[in-house]
Amino acid sequence: MNSVQLNSCEFISHLQTDLFIKMQFMLLFSRQGKLRLQKWYVPLSDKEKKKITRELVQTVLARKPKMCSFLEWRDLKIVYKRYASLYFCCAIEDQDNELITLEIIHRYVELLDKYFGSVCELDIIFNFEKAYFILDEFLLGGEAQETSKKNVLKAIEQADLLQEDAKEAETPRSVLEEIGLT
Amino acid sequence: MPAVSKGDGMRGLAVFISDIRNCKSKEAEIKRINKELANIRSKFKGDKALDGYSKKKYVCKLLFIFLLGHDIDFGHMEAVNLLSSNKYTEKQIGYLFISVLVNSNSELIRLINNAIKNDLSSRNPTFMCLALHCIANVGSREMAEAFAGEIPRILVAGDTMDSVKQSAALCLLRLYKTSPDLVLMGEWTSRVVHLLNDQHMGVVTAAISLITCLSQKNPDEFKTCVSLAVSRLSRIVSSASTDLQDYTYYFVPAPWLSCKLLRLLQCYPPPEDGAVKGRLVECLETILNKAQEPPKSKKVQHSNAKNAILFEAISLIIHYDSEPNLLVRACNQLGQFLQHRETNLRYLALESMCTLASSEFSHEAVKTHIETVINALKTERDVSVRQRAADLLYAMCDRSNAKQIVAEMLSYLETADYSIREEMVLKVAILAEKYAVDYSWYVDTILNLIRIAGDYVSEEVWYRVIQIVINRDDVQGYAAKTVFEALQAPACHENMVKVGGYILGEFGNLIAGDPRSSPLVQFNLLHSKFHLCSVPTRALLLSAYIKFINLFPETKSTIQEVLRSDSQIRNSDVELQQRAVEYLKLSSIASTDVLATVLEEMPPFPERESSILAKLKKKKGPGAVSVNELEEGKREGGELNGGGDRGGDSSAIAASNASTPSPSADLLGLRTGPPVTAAAPSAGSLLVDVFSEAGVNDDGFLRDLEPPTESSDSLLAEGPGDSDSAPPSVVSEDPAPPLPESNELLNKFVCKNNGVLFENQLLQIGIKSEYRQNLGRMYLFYGNKTSVQFINVQAKPVEPLIEGGAQVQQVINIECLTDFTEAPLLNIKFRYGGALQNLSLKLPVTINKFFQPTEMASHDFFQRWKQLSQPQQEAQKIFKANNAMDTEVLKAKLLGLGMALLENVDPNPENFVCAGVIQTKAQQVGSLLRLEPNAQAQMYRLTVRSSKDTVSKRLCELLAEQF
Repeated sequence: MNSVQLNSCEFISHLQTDLFIKMQFMLLFSRQGKLRLQKWYVPLSDKEKKKITRELVQTVLARKPKMCSFLEWRDLKIVYKRYASLYFCCAIEDQDNELITLEIIHRYVELLDKYFGSVCELDIIFNFEKAYFILDEFLLGGEAQETSKKNVLKAIEQADLLQEDAKEAETPRSVLEEIGLT
Repeated sequence: MPAVSKGDGMRGLAVFISDIRNCKSKEAEIKRINKELANIRSKFKGDKALDGYSKKKYVCKLLFIFLLGHDIDFGHMEAVNLLSSNKYTEKQIGYLFISVLVNSNSELIRLINNAIKNDLSSRNPTFMCLALHCIANVGSREMAEAFAGEIPRILVAGDTMDSVKQSAALCLLRLYKTSPDLVLMGEWTSRVVHLLNDQHMGVVTAAISLITCLSQKNPDEFKTCVSLAVSRLSRIVSSASTDLQDYTYYFVPAPWLSCKLLRLLQCYPPPEDGAVKGRLVECLETILNKAQEPPKSKKVQHSNAKNAILFEAISLIIHYDSEPNLLVRACNQLGQFLQHRETNLRYLALESMCTLASSEFSHEAVKTHIETVINALKTERDVSVRQRAADLLYAMCDRSNAKQIVAEMLSYLETADYSIREEMVLKVAILAEKYAVDYSWYVDTILNLIRIAGDYVSEEVWYRVIQIVINRDDVQGYAAKTVFEALQAPACHENMVKVGGYILGEFGNLIAGDPRSSPLVQFNLLHSKFHLCSVPTRALLLSAYIKFINLFPETKSTIQEVLRSDSQIRNSDVELQQRAVEYLKLSSIASTDVLATVLEEMPPFPERESSILAKLKKKKGPGAVSVNELEEGKREGGELNGGGDRGGDSSAIAASNASTPSPSADLLGLRTGPPVTAAAPSAGSLLVDVFSEAGVNDDGFLRDLEPPTESSDSLLAEGPGDSDSAPPSVVSEDPAPPLPESNELLNKFVCKNNGVLFENQLLQIGIKSEYRQNLGRMYLFYGNKTSVQFINVQAKPVEPLIEGGAQVQQVINIECLTDFTEAPLLNIKFRYGGALQNLSLKLPVTINKFFQPTEMASHDFFQRWKQLSQPQQEAQKIFKANNAMDTEVLKAKLLGLGMALLENVDPNPENFVCAGVIQTKAQQVGSLLRLEPNAQAQMYRLTVRSSKDTVSKRLCELLAEQF
């Protein structure tokens, strides 16, 4: 114990229970339990994330259709809603507002829908990066950043325009590349 | 294939995703992924420099693989390279990869920070937003160090684009959460507050989250936000649904912003300015009125958004708890929701009413809904809603409806979901005890509990019924008769046998006159259950048998025969065998007198708070139910039940604890530590070895008696309306003993100087204190919470009278002469109504208050550390974390302790080292401290070295309670 240098202990961050972070994380998963999108607003290890995901997916999938959209889970409140084959599921803190969170989910779905044009699960699978970009424009650090649908989509469309410009400037790619073999 | 391919699709990525989706088995998927990983690795390692597009595509593939749940251990560098691409699309993918995959202590963080810095200064708003999003997503300390100074400037600069401001506000919020010490608003404060007035609703929506967070931490500095928030809210609430254009959501104007405004106001007491308050009350009334208006749309989104605001407004009304009119209106509104067809609304109404039930203004109004709630408990199809209904019944229970509620909960228990049975059992047990008018009802209720849900009746519950029966003469005969009857059921729960065995062993004589329950009948009945029971219960029964020999000499030969039988005296279980041998011997050699002395009736248990409350609270987590205070004090009961002489000892200890607030009593009653061995879940860390060692020489004996799993929260404010319903465990006749919680209170103040020292229904004592060198000054504020006078106050120099609602201040000057361990006592006496109130509190003066921080370099620190190497100069404690191991909280606490927190001294950055000098009149005592958190084991090791051994020891004791 005398030598200070000897001991080290690894530090794992734990689920923080602070008052101001509204949302702890958001998960999108299918009826088959496949995770389609995950966004964590608190620092957690990959192991913990996987454990939480597994438990929650099971819990939510086990619930019947007419049940209420809120449930207590560990120290958190889970707010979830099903849209077609996808479950949107948010974890918020004890004092947080369940109904407004439910509408956060809905607004996000609206944003996806507007962007992809009647969105379906496949859109989110194949364009997962877009789903993340849209989410970041809407929610940042677990808090609503911009609730106007118009403004969020404007930001994303501007970014898409930038992409188009960039694409035109690129050199043509090989044939192999075009058919996706690399 | 994707239905839409917006922007620039990456074909290779789409093909890969399709391949994965077409995999028929997990093995095929893994094979495909490994192939892809090998391909990407070779591309990244290849000689040919990859163009930006390919790099982006491969990074994106890696990200996809990671999100599928596979580990990724390369590609980070390529992602970082993408950050400095001047093509937006590449940069964006780079940032996404970093946000998802880079953890805060990555070595790449410097490179990442560099790229972020470039983008932040690029003056290109899209690039700036990307960079800010990345900071907000990663939110590491390194990022805080690099950018906490820059972002406030971006936030308030006049030429910053609105979208950048929004990102900057939330980015800053995230950094503030990670590293509050690095985010200094200072000069920006007022400009940040004025963002509430910004024309752009999006900016307000984002900024208000930041302001709420900062207000909570520094309410005074942000006070001006209250009036701004009220006027903003008022404008939104009174606006027509079309005024706010795109911020109107399904005909509801700015629901998110409204909720955030109402939440911000909950950081403050009601506005003092009459005009502001009037305006706010008007807003709240408007919101309540709107709830009654016909909906503007049939869509559920409309009603959700509208009701989200309503519930947030109700939270604010409850938070203020000062407007009876609004409280009752809120209650009526919730009452309507109780029967709404939307399950979600019923759930929320039940939940919200729970808090209303604890307000004196609305308690009665809540009670009027009892039938609806009972009905919900019986008919709701969703278990989480039923759970809320049970919570609300519990919250609305008082003496007037206790019998009805307890009966309903009992009958519900028979069919209740397994997941909530244990909690229901605890609640029934608490209510039965709390509102018992006659104790035969209490005994009936608990025995019913055991009958209906025996498996869910925890030890605490049946210990408690025994404690109460033993302490109350009037119920003993009834209890004996009732358990005797209950035991006659052909199948009865083991818990019933335990209670039965104990009670008949003590009070079987009270029913022995009836030939139907003669001693032998009683004994045979008990013994008929013996072979069905577990070892601990059998042990208890053996003790009951020996008690029978004392109570009823005529049973002696029968019982001796049982004890003598091979199955007892040669039982393979050591405990049972020992009891059989000892009891047999005792019964044969001791004279009747000796026997009568040894096996005398149990003395009354010291009056303690119900441990069931503690159990319930632990289950629910803090704040969930409005239970009373609680203090753990149960183990003795358990030991006693263990029987024989061991029981006597521990009861003696318990008794001494109750009467003297000595340091050893703390160990039992208040200090909370896990049992010393086998607590660390994962071996392999160095800590564990030392740990068991420490357990031995530490106060092992007393600690063993501690309940193994106890949480430290022993004090909850007493809810209104509870005082008159004193359960037998609330001591009321003797007003003098120093509060058992006073050490707990003391601990609260080790790392801070201001706060509430004491609070009950009558009186609140607040403290402000300041210290310089060996001198201190303490201001005590006595607040009268009632509306009547306290007279004859004797806390010396105070005015002898405190008006209702008034506050009186007292100043105490303190000089530290030499180091000390016991805190000074403060005795307070006053009259309330006719009754003399007598309080004894420990003043929160602890040795650390006289610290002078000492800054020193790493080299000096270790040199001094070595100098203080005599064994008695060091004190060490290893203890379990009571709170989340949050670095920032730890730092704040260590700073609050008064020492200098030395950065970059300990080679392990997770550890904390501090240095300081304690100034007393007699001498100066240099102290060094080291705190090593072990997050895996949730333990800390604390080492203190000082030039004086008593100081090391005391500091260690004090600090061990803080984390």
